[in-house]
Amino acid sequence: MFDVNKIREQFPLLKRKVNDKDLVYFDNGATTQKPQSVIDAVSNYYQEENANVHRGVHFLSGLATDKFEATRNTIQQFIGAKHNHEIIFTKGTTDSINLVANGFRSLLKKGDEIIISGLEHHSNIVPWQMCCELSGATLKVIPLLDNGSLAMENFNNLLSKNTKLVAVSHISNTLGTINPIEEIIEKSHSFGAKVLIDGAQAAAHICLNMQELDADFYCFSAHKMYGPTAVGVLYGKEEILNLLPPYQGGGEMIKEVSFEKTTYASLPYKFEAGTPNIAGVIAFKSAIDFIRELGVENISKYEDELLQYATSEILKIEGIKIYGTSKNKSGIISFNVEGLHPYDIGTIVDKMGIAIRTGHHCTQPIMKRYNIPGTVRISLAVYNTKTEIDICISAIKKAQEMLS
Amino acid sequence: METIKDIQAGIIEDFEMFDDWMQKYEYLIDLGKELAPIEEKYKIEDNLIKGCQSRVWLHAEKQDDKIIYTADSDAIMTKGIIAILINVLSNQKATEIISADLRFIEAIGLKEQLSATRANGLVSMIKKMKLYALGLKNK
Repeated sequence: MFDVNKIREQFPLLKRKVNDKDLVYFDNGATTQKPQSVIDAVSNYYQEENANVHRGVHFLSGLATDKFEATRNTIQQFIGAKHNHEIIFTKGTTDSINLVANGFRSLLKKGDEIIISGLEHHSNIVPWQMCCELSGATLKVIPLLDNGSLAMENFNNLLSKNTKLVAVSHISNTLGTINPIEEIIEKSHSFGAKVLIDGAQAAAHICLNMQELDADFYCFSAHKMYGPTAVGVLYGKEEILNLLPPYQGGGEMIKEVSFEKTTYASLPYKFEAGTPNIAGVIAFKSAIDFIRELGVENISKYEDELLQYATSEILKIEGIKIYGTSKNKSGIISFNVEGLHPYDIGTIVDKMGIAIRTGHHCTQPIMKRYNIPGTVRISLAVYNTKTEIDICISAIKKAQEMLS
Repeated sequence: METIKDIQAGIIEDFEMFDDWMQKYEYLIDLGKELAPIEEKYKIEDNLIKGCQSRVWLHAEKQDDKIIYTADSDAIMTKGIIAILINVLSNQKATEIISADLRFIEAIGLKEQLSATRANGLVSMIKKMKLYALGLKNK
């Protein structure tokens, strides 16, 4: 398959020490580390290519524009979109969802319904609450089963001719559940509802093909895919993006401006007002190239192996409870140790150089569902190893010893 | 009666004995376990300290001319931290508490030992304790 040590060599940050210990980075669900190629692409842009995109006739502007658009084409191929103008650059998944929620508002009226799931990140809850508040639509929620998967029977009952949009995550950032989005999309479409998928936790881990999947919107962030922060993608089907009004007004999103009336640019520029994160978008291509070189299937397979290993080792810890035990899971493990607060565990293992996330993970409804203040979360990436899992588990055991 | 200054000096001395973070943490954990419990009726929303990642309840009342604090948290290290603050500030006069310069925090490197979110929580705890003292001063 691939040599994980060779992969690790490409990530300079993985070589650093934290609290005098070798860093074990298990907070990949929050953000991944960046390979040298991505770091070089950012600095090369500022050293050799800096100019604004789509605006100048001069050489550098043309170069920056070509490279910026090359990322769009790469993403189109990477996610199997039909057209490159269906790829909109945003600040991130949150921004992408807000763009759709903001535009979709104008298509809704009182009595319409939006369905989300009990697994969603706050970023895929709050924009819809705001959308409903302003449009008079109603928000419905697909409940969770105990194992952290969606109660699909309830979903069937929630769907009706009033359902206008269904917004669910591909993979839960807290529990790792891979949702049956193919089924959700098919059923939603049969009621005429559009579907938005929050793919923040999926895009670096699962093969995507928009034309096969048939999602109307799919959102993800570069920084969770070994790319730069503050760059994201909104994929949308051409005909549906065309129905949405612009999100923000400003430069590059116009066709013609006069004080009487402004006409808007065509896709994708209609939704890309203002100077974008050019360096970030250009470097995002290096991140996708990194993923493609390894192969998403290989990454999935390797991370799955790590997940199985980590799960079986964690279960050996006394008093452990894993939240999210659905059969179909990605490399995210949320757990608690009986009698211990997740913060206490996180604080102690941090001193041993281990970066894990503790808290509610921006999913307070999930915490409420399980009646817990938070969890400890390990989230895996392609550069992690079984050795790191062993180190992490002995650190958790040490914390347990100190705390009980 | 020991002054706030004397108590702080004692804490600084205690921490000087520790060689590494692990001993400091173990000490905090022990303090957390020993912290006198708060009365259940005070574990209410109004007594929660905002800005803490774990839940921290703090109650204050005036006995004679002294302010008495009791607290609890669901995280044991947080409890250890609030226990130190209670050692320093509880059973002191309101005016002393309000003007207290808590130099021990820097001296024992407490903030550096904590994550940024926890350090914010520490600041919130101190603020809340001083605000209680201010509120109870003339009661």
